[in-house]
Amino acid sequence: MTEHTLAMDILQYTISGLTVGVIYAMVALGYNIIYNVTEIINFAQGEFVMLGGLFAAFFVGTFGMPIHFAFFSAVFTTACVGLIMERFVIRRARNTGVLSLIIITIAISIMLKGSAMLWWGKDPYSLPPFSSGGPIMIGGAALQPQALWIFGVSALVVLLLTLFFRRSVYGKAMLACADNPGAARMVGIPVRQMVLLSFILSAAIGAAAGVVITPISMMEYDRGAMLGLKGFGAAVLGGLGQFFGALVAGAILGLAESFCAGYLSSGYKDAVALVLLLLALFFKPEGIFGSGEAAKLKKF
Amino acid sequence: MLKVKSVHTYYGNIHALKGVSLHVRPGETVALIGANGAGKSTIVNTICGQIKPLKGRIEFQGQPIEGLAPEEIVRRGIALVPEGRQIFATLTVESNLEMGGFVHRNNHRQVREDMTRMYDRFPILRQRSRQLAGTLSGGEQQMLAISRALMSRPQLLVLDEPSMGLAPLIVREIFSIIEELRREGRTILLIEQNARAALQIADRGYVLETGKVVLQGEGNTLLEHREVQRAYLGKGAGQIVDA
Ligand SMILES: Nc1ncnc2c1ncn2[C@@H]1O[C@H](COP(=O)(O)OP(=O)(O)O)[C@@H](O)[C@H]1O
Ligand SMILES: [Mg+2]
Repeated sequence: MTEHTLAMDILQYTISGLTVGVIYAMVALGYNIIYNVTEIINFAQGEFVMLGGLFAAFFVGTFGMPIHFAFFSAVFTTACVGLIMERFVIRRARNTGVLSLIIITIAISIMLKGSAMLWWGKDPYSLPPFSSGGPIMIGGAALQPQALWIFGVSALVVLLLTLFFRRSVYGKAMLACADNPGAARMVGIPVRQMVLLSFILSAAIGAAAGVVITPISMMEYDRGAMLGLKGFGAAVLGGLGQFFGALVAGAILGLAESFCAGYLSSGYKDAVALVLLLLALFFKPEGIFGSGEAAKLKKF
Repeated sequence: MLKVKSVHTYYGNIHALKGVSLHVRPGETVALIGANGAGKSTIVNTICGQIKPLKGRIEFQGQPIEGLAPEEIVRRGIALVPEGRQIFATLTVESNLEMGGFVHRNNHRQVREDMTRMYDRFPILRQRSRQLAGTLSGGEQQMLAISRALMSRPQLLVLDEPSMGLAPLIVREIFSIIEELRREGRTILLIEQNARAALQIADRGYVLETGKVVLQGEGNTLLEHREVQRAYLGKGAGQIVDA
């Protein structure tokens, strides 16, 4: 009987760990895209997730939009925020160097959080799940149908991104910009458009993560920082710029948190990401899947 | 084809080009030689749109191009093999070539065909097509940089010190590649510190000193010129340095 319960617990922790891990992975993907093109770490990435969730709640609550429609509207609106951020802030400061730009993204994240608080207040918002129906029971553990949506959406995002960067000319052009912006311009790549595209893409992916998670865990104005931090942990753990690495690292992070909360104390949960991040930086700074070779060829 | 007319370029208040004029006719190979710091790369970068000249005109195929963005200048038909090669080190060799053909991205067939042509010209690049470009040797990187520039199907190919930092044997190989391009009838502007090798394959040459053209003429004539021999070929001044 106890053995049965233990197995059930493990299964339950695994399910909830993977669900949140996939969200971290999506945040990490956002970091990776902007990093791949500009070598900037965009610390406003978590705010995109927050905005996605809150915009969707706003569209559903105020306009009575169906949830699927609200999903696309929120992703679109947040993508516009990403566009404005690049076009009117990052681009103007582009000659100041990567480090200054990173600090600017921190400033933007504070501004976005403040604006969200003024607009939506401090209360958490919820969303209806994407499909109705109660939890599915697997071997005694409960799987929310929404979790399946989370897995589906993120799998689709990863697949499309991989195809984009591996196969499409524009994807490769974005990588070329990151590698050597001067040379990229010399072969005719419009570097500024590529940077703009990277911010739009990252904002859209962050927002998608925010909308799919809100039906499970709600969303409020100040969730961005923590989500951003965990996502950053996943990005570093998986090797900055590595999409597949981000996915696996996100899952590891989510599982570690979930088991920590289950068997130790949920109070330590948030520390797990930081500990893993520090371990990664100490022992394998290029990440689990980062190629040391590619890292050496990068400028810093 | 290319006309540079009394161009002045500044870096802040450093007057790097002091009224440079030069021209390149279709099918010609023109060498631009000069010591380190003479302003050779500054001319290249001004032609290719990375720096805007303060005064003067640059015409390409009859159209003014000074002040255009580099992207636009590639589209007009000038391709650069930059100083220090500047290949995309973290991309594969194949992706480097594909990026070279970025301006023709809507014509997949042409890009594939050109890529095959580059691989036929430099079989070593075919062997290494899946490798990261940063793992290539210096000479291979230079071949890649030249191929990448050719992928845009330029009317004018500009090479900025292609022999820089390469072993003498490789330098000879690079110059024989340039010679071959010349025989194919391409229009080439070759920037070099290696004056002898450059003037030997050039139809005409210009000598640049501290931002000014001090001598010009046919390649052979310049090779014989006393001043050139003294200053750049290490003759008559007891120097034994010969690149
Ligand atoms: N980015 C720059 N900022 C300031 N001065 C520069 C810059 N690039 C080159 N210069 C100066 O302009 C002059 C010409 O340099 P350059 O064109 O690179 O010479 P070359 O290619 O002939 O070696 C040199 O005196 C150099 O110090
Ligand atoms: Mg130079």
